[in-house]
Amino acid sequence: MQAIADKQGINRYLIQLTVNGDVYSPVVKGNTLLVNLLRDELDLTGTKKGCELGDCGSCTVLMDGKPVDACLVLALEADGSEIVTIEGVARHGALDRLQRSFIDNAAIQCGYCTPGMILSAKALLTRNPHPTEAEVRDAIAGNLCRCTGYVNIVKAVLEAAEVTS
Amino acid sequence: MSAPTWTGPKPAVQVCTHPALEVPADKNYAVIGKSKPKIDGREKVTGQARYTADLKFPNMLYGKILTSPHAHARILSIDTSEAERIPGVKAVITHRDVPTLKYGISPARWDENIFCIDTVKFVGDKVAAVACLDEETCYKALKAIKVEYEVLPAVLDPLHAMDEDAPQIHPEYPKNLNTEIHQDFGNVDKAFREADYVRTDLFIGNRAYQAPLEPHTATSIWQGGKLTVYSSTQSPHYFQYYIAREFGLPMGDVRVIKTYVGGGFGGKLEPTGLEFAGAVLARLTGRPVKMFYDRAEMFAHNRGRHRQYMKITTGVDREGRILGVHADFIMDGGAYTSLGIATAYYAGAMLTLTYDFNNYRFDMKRVYTNLPACGAQRGHGAPQPRYAFEAHLDNIAKELGIDPIELRLRNARKPNTITPNEFAVNSCEMEACLEKAREASGWADKKGKLPAGRGIGVAVGSFVSGAGYPIYRTDLPHAAAMIKVAEDGTAATLYTGATDIGQGSDTILCQMAAEAMGYTYEQMKIVAADTETTPHDFGAYASRQTLMSGAAVKQAGEEVRKQLLEMAAEMLNLPPEQLDVVAGKIFAKDDPAITLSFEAAARTFFVKKGPLVGRGSYSPPKLGGNFKGAPVGTSPAYSFAAQISEVQIDEETGEVAVLDVWDVHDCGQVINPALLHAQVHGALYMGMGESIWEEVRFDTKGKILNPTLGEYRIPTALDIPPMHSILVPSYEPAAPWGVKEVGEGATIPTMGCYRNAIFDAMGVSVNSLPLTPEKVWAALREKRKAGGENVWDPMACECLIE
Repeated sequence: MQAIADKQGINRYLIQLTVNGDVYSPVVKGNTLLVNLLRDELDLTGTKKGCELGDCGSCTVLMDGKPVDACLVLALEADGSEIVTIEGVARHGALDRLQRSFIDNAAIQCGYCTPGMILSAKALLTRNPHPTEAEVRDAIAGNLCRCTGYVNIVKAVLEAAEVTS
Repeated sequence: MSAPTWTGPKPAVQVCTHPALEVPADKNYAVIGKSKPKIDGREKVTGQARYTADLKFPNMLYGKILTSPHAHARILSIDTSEAERIPGVKAVITHRDVPTLKYGISPARWDENIFCIDTVKFVGDKVAAVACLDEETCYKALKAIKVEYEVLPAVLDPLHAMDEDAPQIHPEYPKNLNTEIHQDFGNVDKAFREADYVRTDLFIGNRAYQAPLEPHTATSIWQGGKLTVYSSTQSPHYFQYYIAREFGLPMGDVRVIKTYVGGGFGGKLEPTGLEFAGAVLARLTGRPVKMFYDRAEMFAHNRGRHRQYMKITTGVDREGRILGVHADFIMDGGAYTSLGIATAYYAGAMLTLTYDFNNYRFDMKRVYTNLPACGAQRGHGAPQPRYAFEAHLDNIAKELGIDPIELRLRNARKPNTITPNEFAVNSCEMEACLEKAREASGWADKKGKLPAGRGIGVAVGSFVSGAGYPIYRTDLPHAAAMIKVAEDGTAATLYTGATDIGQGSDTILCQMAAEAMGYTYEQMKIVAADTETTPHDFGAYASRQTLMSGAAVKQAGEEVRKQLLEMAAEMLNLPPEQLDVVAGKIFAKDDPAITLSFEAAARTFFVKKGPLVGRGSYSPPKLGGNFKGAPVGTSPAYSFAAQISEVQIDEETGEVAVLDVWDVHDCGQVINPALLHAQVHGALYMGMGESIWEEVRFDTKGKILNPTLGEYRIPTALDIPPMHSILVPSYEPAAPWGVKEVGEGATIPTMGCYRNAIFDAMGVSVNSLPLTPEKVWAALREKRKAGGENVWDPMACECLIE
């Protein structure tokens, strides 16, 4: 990885990562968080910040297919990886079945947890296309929601899973 | 037990408060009453929805506030010179750089400054602020500001705040008494003398926090003399009013724009300091400034639920009929007033709604402490007293050997009655809610018949559908709306100041607009909560928008409809009264073959007369009595609810597992059933968190021990039991289409229904929130030690834990 020191002696690193299918080569600092790279540099503000401590899961993105809290991942750690954010879930304007299901089941209120919820659910349905309710709850246990009591979110994920079968 | 004779309660005063209003016979609606998808659903599932922190402006700076590390200290000096020299720091401000006019959301007690001048009053009090090129530089700058403090003794225990030798927090308020309430209705002493059984219980609430997922953010931009603030707010109007007041600006030069808001629950109703500091920093630098709180700063800013100490005494006859009630409360207000005056009044005022009794006394002291200020959280002041009252009633039911639901049915309020504190109640299905909840939960088969460790409990509640009076004195209507039909009639835009913070007001108001216009929901667009482009509305608090904003929207829609039908009448050569319009189709009432499209008539209207616009506004009638504090708790309409929960207690650990929970609601005519039930789910969830886990805890120096979502312990998807949201038929004559509130009302009975289920399961009364495993375990241990007697003292447990 290429590094250039600035006048204060702080290193900048040239990394390369794929986000929603597009290749980017940003220059980042050692302490740059993936969530800030996505939001501030790449303008992908669908990834939300709720706590910056890994508690709330609002910043969940898929990193090489796995859901991660982007506030706990350094941009440097994402070098060479493939990231999917909420902006990469719909294809050419067509909603993913999970997105459709969230709308149909009134699983959205303020919407702040929604991007992270959908990505955690997407990772679940990719590895387990027919989850039980308990498996759905387990998969989204790291995504806090303050509005819905999770009732309709769980319903939406289960319904999206049924649609695939 | 006392009183030899029983005279029985006086019959309730029967009144019809809105005699002119009747339930319409025809309830076949085309748009309302249907689970339409949320109008912003697509934006929210694709990441397109922009919240305040997502906005970026050219040349924008980032700002942070420096806060106090001490609970109570005198500021001796502030030196910002080192911070100012850091490259990338564009401005550093303290109290010397900002207006010193005190503010606060309650005009009764303006007691906050933008930055502290002489003393800091809690850990987190605002001292200075910086604007920098980036966030990282902000933290360097904050560290470089040197503040010299003289630490003062602090008041951390509200029960000792009024002591003679307690440190004084605000010199204007002796004995740290922020507000004191004494209300007396009927003759409580006489009622107690005549009662067969008089009982007193003490309960203690918890400091809970709204914890919306989206942190507070505000971005301020000056264009010449005009200030624009983008803010995650529940009320653009109050922000506009207070920002204009603070800076001496005409309201027309302050534009507050709500973006998408990531939840509020009461915590985003009042200015946060970010707007004031940001406006000054933006002025000084000539650049947009984005200010924001991190999670710990949100906990410190707080404005969450007050902890209340609630002594409650009730006298009943031998049938369990309530003759009189005395509520005697103390409330920990924290360092500032926030909305706390209203909270203090609400705490007592709302207790009279659910049951029919004539004699009521309410005493309250809200005290200042050197802790974060408390304000309005979902259910505003009412949930903790309701927990106390419902728990207290179960104690009485047990003592008298009456089934708890039966006791409540005997006392349940009836429609068209007036409470002792002079709230007029129109529609009221309290009895139906209780009966339905009893049936749905299988109460008859469970009460007293569950296996060891299992229990079932009931509690009820009621809440306002909008406050009868605004927060500051003004004759502005409470809500206003405007609808503009597109030139070719293929769309219509609703302009409303109503504030969607996730609850779905944008969606249901568009449904209401379409219904009133005779249009379709799918063609509606909305512009909301921007003080420059939308007409005034007080915003999202006191569960007011469905009724109040809805009334304004209905009127605007009806005005569009009238003009449209007049145009159609001209086009069809028929009198307008012979025409009707439903779901975009105009037709002759007596000849359905004669039709015209909404679009065609609207287009012709524009060609001949210009814009097709409808306007509406709403002011509630004069409500309430003439005593001090009478306005708080008045409302055009009240919702009612009964909740039942079933729990399982692990006797070894004290852990409470909620197995099932039912909410049965009287919330009037429903506009969008899917969104309504979703509100109930959220309220039950939030109530459950507050009941069992959530509590802001402090160390001995007033610093928050758990300012994170994990340690504060908001419930996850793994904690949530099955939830059943059930409605009883209801129609409110004082509301547009008979609507009432639901969003806050469903939080009110929750804590009481869990406590009562634990009481049923184990025979121990956990008289302090939250009902944590350690408290349940301690209560069980005390009971064992006392040979089966329930002797647990909540005060003893408080000391044990803190």
